[in-house]
Amino acid sequence: MSGSMEFLLWTKGPMFDIAMVIFAIGLLARLAEIFLLGRARNYAEPRAGEWPAGLRTMLTRTVADRGTFERAPFNVVVGWIWHLGFLAALLLFVPHIELAKGLFGISWPALPNPVVDFLTAITLLSLVATLVHRLNHPVKRRISTIEDYLVWTVVFMVVLTGYLAYHRMVNPYPLALGMHILSAEILLILLPFTKLTHILTAFIARWYNGAAFGRKGVQS
Amino acid sequence: MSELTLERGLAAFRAEIDAPTAAFFSSCVHCGICAQSCPFYLETGDPKYTPILKLEPLRLIWENEFTLLGKLKGLLGLQRKVTDAMLAEWEELLYDSCSMCGRCSMVCPVGNDLAYMIRKSREGMVQSGHAPEGLISASVRAIKTGSPMGLQWKTLAVQIKHVEDSTGLKVPVDQVGADYLVMLSSMEVINFPEYLEAITKIFDHAGVTWTLSTQCFEATNAGIQIGNKDIAAQLVERVVAAAETLKAPNVISPECGHAFTAIRWEGPNLIGRAYPFRVFHIIEVLEELRVAGRIKTEGKEMDRLSLHDPCNLARKSGVIQQQRNLMDLVADNFVDLKEHGKYQWCCGAGGGVSSNERAEPLKMAAFKRKKAQIEEVAPERMVTMCATCRTQLEEGLEEFNMDIPVVGLTEMIADHLVEKETGS
Ligand code: SF4
Ligand code: SF4
Repeated sequence: MSGSMEFLLWTKGPMFDIAMVIFAIGLLARLAEIFLLGRARNYAEPRAGEWPAGLRTMLTRTVADRGTFERAPFNVVVGWIWHLGFLAALLLFVPHIELAKGLFGISWPALPNPVVDFLTAITLLSLVATLVHRLNHPVKRRISTIEDYLVWTVVFMVVLTGYLAYHRMVNPYPLALGMHILSAEILLILLPFTKLTHILTAFIARWYNGAAFGRKGVQS
Repeated sequence: MSELTLERGLAAFRAEIDAPTAAFFSSCVHCGICAQSCPFYLETGDPKYTPILKLEPLRLIWENEFTLLGKLKGLLGLQRKVTDAMLAEWEELLYDSCSMCGRCSMVCPVGNDLAYMIRKSREGMVQSGHAPEGLISASVRAIKTGSPMGLQWKTLAVQIKHVEDSTGLKVPVDQVGADYLVMLSSMEVINFPEYLEAITKIFDHAGVTWTLSTQCFEATNAGIQIGNKDIAAQLVERVVAAAETLKAPNVISPECGHAFTAIRWEGPNLIGRAYPFRVFHIIEVLEELRVAGRIKTEGKEMDRLSLHDPCNLARKSGVIQQQRNLMDLVADNFVDLKEHGKYQWCCGAGGGVSSNERAEPLKMAAFKRKKAQIEEVAPERMVTMCATCRTQLEEGLEEFNMDIPVVGLTEMIADHLVEKETGS
């Protein structure tokens, strides 16, 4: 018991600090890496401004166009479900909000625990579905790399350990919670150096995309 | 082009990496959705034609040389390098199986502008000596003769004579101070002489002053298709010089989608300065004339017509509503293809695919997407406004024994002009 308590305290203490530092510095470095490259000046007479179109695409690209939805419904729907489930569990679960309150001093309303529990189960199932899809769809299999499987494993572990801890399915409890926290820390550490950066850079990418099309008069 | 080497190729790839490219590669989640937007993948079912995969050489250069982790891998000797063999393999992916239609750029959920990066990758391919033969010879001909097909002014002069004889109108040549300098594409001159006749009639009808230039009549840009900035810039400079000689305030791009994006969007950036004139596609000019009430038509086409939007004109340049307004002017029974405008499907021939003979089977495979779209709507004729698209539609429809003629929108408008009252 005491060993597991020590483990939990370590994940909440020194390991947490290490993860946060690597996450923050890594992410800043990645953003600098992108923005310092700059963009060539554009001399062509624009049809419209870049900013409104860029900002719109940052939002609108979240929803697939109808044709794409019809051609890849599984991809679109399962992608949506697990992203939403993950975000709901991350942001609307009481202990997570309390953590934010402790760290940043801000809080917001939570979802009832049984609801989060249900969403977490759905998320786990859809993550498994994405893995099966990745292993079976010819395009996905062809373009997947070790990193894709590594990232999948880490994300899955974060959700799974959370689910196990909540249901007290691993004993002792401090070990279960410690494992969950450690998985989340591994995710934070990997985030700046893997495709997980898309949680931030996708919005930059969308802006550039929207801006490029927008100045030509097309909302992309 | 002297001494094309892997070294030069890598340097060219490197020079293309910018903030958008880095943001795009950083964001890719390998979801594979881009494949679902690419006619070359969809119609062959071969996953190697997945758009993001076509960018692997550029992505590797970015990862190896522009990211922290990549450099770290380099120190440990873990980098995967771009080799000559790799580029040789990618030549087919970056040229034969990509018409730079830009559809993938519209659907990638993280917002990657894949077509933008394909264009960039081609710069590296040319410098490393991995561009297709057909495009190399088109570029050489364009630089040497002014036309990618080696067409000379004397051929055009013969055509001008024909047009003048059949219309009784003068085709203005080298008129200083005309409002519009009209550029052509060799493809148009050879395959669709109706176009020149049509604009001659329309501009006379609408009282527009215009001119051709003996100094430069070709506005397609083989340098952009192959991916060579120096050649591309030279070709743009020729158009600019011709417009400056004639003091033309406006330049009309040929009825060719690619030529339009080349001169309208890439041109000023290639020469590093803004133009002293404005650039329009003929469809934009016709629409302006229509709005101003300067085009008077009579009668309408009564058969069932549908429209093919050239990628370069619609998705890549925002000219979408104009052609529909013009269709309404002269067509009674116009029906759009299901996915059209910015979500239209490529005919399969753009981006240099049609100048690359080796790519013929892929070009026809990609066309099957368009064919299916056309079958869905079952028009009696197709209308379009790009010489390359039109040629591809004609060839493709014939290949599949579909008896659907293809017409140019400009000619269709010219056919319906109200005759001018003589003597007024
Ligand atoms: S659609 Fe976008 S994110 Fe998905 S694989 Fe293609 S480029 Fe990557
Ligand atoms: S630009 Fe068009 S042809 Fe090229 S990869 Fe994208 S969807 Fe395919």
